[in-house]
Amino acid sequence: MSVINRGSTGSKQRTPAAARVRPQYDARETRAAFAFISPWIIGFLVFTAGPMIWSLVLSFTNYNLVDTPKNVGFKNYRRMFDDPRVHTALGNTFLYAVMFVPLAIAVALALAMLLNRLTSGAGFFRTAFYLPVMTPAVAVAVLFSLLLNGDYGLINKALALVGIQGPQWLTDPHWIKPSIVLMGLWGLGAAVVIFLAALKNVPKDLYEAAAIDGASGWRRFRSITVPMISPAIFFQVIVLTIAALQMFDKVYVLFGNPGSATYAGNASLFYSMYLFQEAFQALRMGYASALAWLLFVIIMVITLIQVKVGNRIVYYEGDRR
Amino acid sequence: MSVDTALDRKETNDAPTAGPAGIGRRSTGSRIMLVLYVAVLAVLAVIFLYPFVWLLSASFKTRANVFDNKLIPNPATFANYIQVWHVAPLLRWLGNSGLVGVLAAGTVTFSSAVVAFGFAYFRFRAKNTMFGLVLASMMLPTMVTMIPVFLIWKNLGFVGTRVPLWGSNIFGSAFYIFMLRQFFLGIPRELFEAARVDGCSYFGLFWRIAAPLSRPALIIVFVFEFQASWDDLLRPLIYLGNNVNLYTVPLGLNSLYVQFNPIAGGNGDFQYIVTAALLATIPMIVIFLAGQRYFVEGIATQGHKG
Repeated sequence: MSVINRGSTGSKQRTPAAARVRPQYDARETRAAFAFISPWIIGFLVFTAGPMIWSLVLSFTNYNLVDTPKNVGFKNYRRMFDDPRVHTALGNTFLYAVMFVPLAIAVALALAMLLNRLTSGAGFFRTAFYLPVMTPAVAVAVLFSLLLNGDYGLINKALALVGIQGPQWLTDPHWIKPSIVLMGLWGLGAAVVIFLAALKNVPKDLYEAAAIDGASGWRRFRSITVPMISPAIFFQVIVLTIAALQMFDKVYVLFGNPGSATYAGNASLFYSMYLFQEAFQALRMGYASALAWLLFVIIMVITLIQVKVGNRIVYYEGDRR
Repeated sequence: MSVDTALDRKETNDAPTAGPAGIGRRSTGSRIMLVLYVAVLAVLAVIFLYPFVWLLSASFKTRANVFDNKLIPNPATFANYIQVWHVAPLLRWLGNSGLVGVLAAGTVTFSSAVVAFGFAYFRFRAKNTMFGLVLASMMLPTMVTMIPVFLIWKNLGFVGTRVPLWGSNIFGSAFYIFMLRQFFLGIPRELFEAARVDGCSYFGLFWRIAAPLSRPALIIVFVFEFQASWDDLLRPLIYLGNNVNLYTVPLGLNSLYVQFNPIAGGNGDFQYIVTAALLATIPMIVIFLAGQRYFVEGIATQGHKG
């Protein structure tokens, strides 16, 4: 945090001087600057802007990698809206995101607040919560497929101890999304670290003043903690939503491999997996490009809505409104 | 320099933080609450860590006992750790992941730093517009550009090689450019001006002043990208095809899972899956424990991908 602060004061000192002394940009300096940022410019054109346009063009064609792309107009888009697998995949992906994001925020915030209460030893617990983040997604999927096994798995054995008959997590269509949510929750340590850092920046005197005024613990949480760390929460909601809508690797390992693809039926079809299958297994590159653009538009719209709503709710320090 | 001091200050700040519970005074009530918090956290820590313990324990179990869910393997065997290298080219996969990871992280760290310095130090027309584009491209889902980027590598003849797994990193990455620019802005400008007066070139400003002073930030970028590369399944899946010898750890582990999983027609040798999963994870745990403060500082200041 202190790094950023210093950064902003640095640029503040610079701007007025720059405005007065150099009304015009130095040509030599501009050339040097473009030399420095040229890797990004080339990369942006070749690997971002170019592919965006290319993918839009491809979405109006049929292309199987062998024959030349054939123009088909809006056919891919029309087909997309009638494709039952698209509806299933979108439904599953939305349901997963709606379950995962709020739960992840709540759990991560609770863990961070507990850690914030500690006077010592927070480092150990932070490590414990962060190690799952370091575990490769494929290893997480493999490990949890064993832990969540309906018949021998540790989790159902543990539930049996308290008299609960655990479900067939990974084969019962109703329990597939909760299983993936569980795997995601195991790896939310990064959000915990971010929230903990935000909590440490809440001025202590606010709590002291509230305590003198006799505010209850819940009231302090709602009126001080949440507003003060709302930028961090807001950022996490956006990042986690974008990631959830693109959920791929764990689902692929568990349900996407050729041979194991069907045993959980449609309940395991996530949007990115369908996109991957259409593009690289069925080699329908044109249709897959249309699917990719739909995903892009959906993510854009959801992010924009979140930003609009967020700007009303989120409290920024030094905000003049 | 700057992050070192920032880190140190952070640590000392941590110490007297009693939190909202114990404001100033330390009553018996708040001490009881503290014990309660520690107890709750301890239970949660066990829940978070137990899957690792289960995995470690299972890797020392025999084929029949992998699923017995006992903490101590009985009988304990070291055979899985000897056999797993013969069952699959796991050592090769680890080597591939290490090589790709170093190339991916090395190139992205260098290029992102160069570009970030360009945005931090120089004054030029359209700078804000360009930097806005950097920020915007950070939000772009990889799935959208996946197909054309594949076609680019295919036309260049690199499909079936490891090059596409790190090649685009030569051009830097928006997230790291943003992060490093913030860091470079924190270096006092007088240092650069003094060096200019002494005849230092622009690249010299970057290479001799900005980069050495930003070592902690550069390490953060390197370990983040190394981890992201080690974790990546999608790109190896797209580009490596059926060439088992080129597989990285995630793709290899996935193929082992398919090979032995009865659901996919395997014979149920779960002891190898378990051992390989553990061996795939250990390098990351070692890296985290060794560079913990860089991770924590990096994540806490900038936010991580998710």
